[in-house]
Amino acid sequence: MGTEIAKAVVDGVLTGGVYALMAAGLTLIFGVMQIINIAQGILVILGAYLSYVLQVHLHIDPFLGLIFTMPLMFVVGVGIEWGFIRRLKTQNRTALSILVTFAIAIVLEGILTQFFSADLKGINAWYVEKSLHLLGFYLPYIYLFGFALAVVLLAMLYVFLYRTRTGMSIRASVQNRAGAELVGININRVSATTFGIGAAVTAAGGMVFGATNSFNPNSGYDLISRLLVIIVLGGLGSIGGALVAAVVSLVIEDVTAVVWSPVWASTMFFAVLVVVLVVRPNGLFGRQEARVQ
Amino acid sequence: MAQPESAQAAADPLNTSMMRNSRRSIVLAALAIAVAFPFVFTNPAVTSIAMFTLLFVGASSAWNMFSGYTGYMALGNAVFYGSGAYFFANITDHLHMKSGVGLFAMVPLAGLFAGLVALPVGWLALRTRRHTFVVITIAIFFIFQLLAYNLTAITNGSSGMQLPIPHWGPRTYNTYFYMAALVVAVIAIVVSWGLRRSSFGLELLAIRDDEDRAEGLGVKTTRNKLATLVLAAIMTGMCGAVYAYYLGSIYPPFAFEAIFDITIALMAFLGGLGTVAGPVVGALIIEPMQQYLTLRFTGGGLSLILFGALFLIVIRFLPEGIVPSLGGLLRKRLRAKAAVHSSAPPTPPSGARVATTGPEVSGGAMR
Repeated sequence: MGTEIAKAVVDGVLTGGVYALMAAGLTLIFGVMQIINIAQGILVILGAYLSYVLQVHLHIDPFLGLIFTMPLMFVVGVGIEWGFIRRLKTQNRTALSILVTFAIAIVLEGILTQFFSADLKGINAWYVEKSLHLLGFYLPYIYLFGFALAVVLLAMLYVFLYRTRTGMSIRASVQNRAGAELVGININRVSATTFGIGAAVTAAGGMVFGATNSFNPNSGYDLISRLLVIIVLGGLGSIGGALVAAVVSLVIEDVTAVVWSPVWASTMFFAVLVVVLVVRPNGLFGRQEARVQ
Repeated sequence: MAQPESAQAAADPLNTSMMRNSRRSIVLAALAIAVAFPFVFTNPAVTSIAMFTLLFVGASSAWNMFSGYTGYMALGNAVFYGSGAYFFANITDHLHMKSGVGLFAMVPLAGLFAGLVALPVGWLALRTRRHTFVVITIAIFFIFQLLAYNLTAITNGSSGMQLPIPHWGPRTYNTYFYMAALVVAVIAIVVSWGLRRSSFGLELLAIRDDEDRAEGLGVKTTRNKLATLVLAAIMTGMCGAVYAYYLGSIYPPFAFEAIFDITIALMAFLGGLGTVAGPVVGALIIEPMQQYLTLRFTGGGLSLILFGALFLIVIRFLPEGIVPSLGGLLRKRLRAKAAVHSSAPPTPPSGARVATTGPEVSGGAMR
């Protein structure tokens, strides 16, 4: 039992890293624009399909393929922000953003279904099947690589946000949108950049997701609910919080599967959020929400 | 607070008894058409779509009476829909009830059960606001869906539950369900309308506009929100019960469906958030269209693309919804006409701008 629990914890930490990678874009976009991007789930799947296409048709390694898919997804993100999000009125913004991004998700799902049908697909590579035998644990290479990728990308994101001028303007916009505008930050450009970066990071998350799960155009809906739970748990807008929340909730889920029953594991995942919000209505690392403008 | 009717009349002198009378005749005509519908269109495919549309009229009106009025965007109303459905399946099973019209008597009970479910759900979810509230309703929804899979003693898990099949002839089969759905839809609309006109409804709108200020003015915000959610849950649960009876069997993914949550919200938005007629108009447009698109382009992604694109267009060009947009247009035209007839423009009496809660500003801010 003890080793099984230890194994569940390790699994939870590794998958948690991947979920953090998928959720980072969502929480970043929320932080800057105060919108809930329901399309995040389908963007993950889109990233998975892009890696899948590169691998199947051009025989490009999925990790190497990120060099192409991440810039492509950046453009997609900027396009969504420019085409739809920017045009939302300030009134009813939250609700309208949910509806607009949901509509975008439906359209993307339809396009993916046209191209790839609803059959389940998976990304394959040598490291998807093989495992590393270490200290009595079998650790699938894909999870190790995926976790490493998550750590590297989140660290890069952190450096970008805290050590560059653009990053500084993004953080300023997170803290105070109107104030940032007053000191001469071009909010539109910051928003577009943020959405692009969020989508680009999601491309990487989608690649690892596609390598560790089979997926079809419909898989986005199950994902978005989990990603939303993670970012609320971590405190909306906090990337570090999302990482901690992703690891914590997936460890809890995996440990529940071992000590109680696999049937109740997913329920626990959502129950954690409910319990935490009863105690801390702003999540683990969330700040007190400002009064409505 | 001013009476909503008088505030409306004061704000717009043209909108007086004449308008009210014409509105009443429109409502009566719509009701007559709705009752006559299954006797004119007897094709089961058509009456089936009509029945589903009415269920969505009810569910969307229920969603709107909570989310539209208070501004709390709930994306988990399928919790109440599914609870009603499973309660109905359970009670007919346990009481060994024979199928027939009498079974519809259990529909209000299913609604009450859903209302009961809404008490702890609302207590939990309403501790949060705005975005966090949206996400916690989604989380609670998934907990319920998973419970439906896992609590096999009550729900029979993924194998689903069978309900008694009525022995009605093929010609009248759908008509019974249609009428039941119509009754539920009318109840939901009437409750929504009554809320909108009551001072309680005004308090809800005050919560939507500025909750902290409303609380400061003595509105019992938590109690009001919870009470409204329970009311909405009762209506939604009744819809779920009729739905379960019609399908004849229920499974967790159909009773607790994520798309349902967002569809009823879309309907209310398309028609006009926070208006009584909005969800009705939205459901009447979206549900038949969705059914048609899925029938027309089966399997492929084309129906999804068209459906999503249509929403994007609507949100882009009618962000307020159809009813407020058309209402504004109509009012402008009437006012222009009045300006031609009388040189002196009607002076709004004092108190016209008493509250931000007059029917004119029904779009409202969403928290």
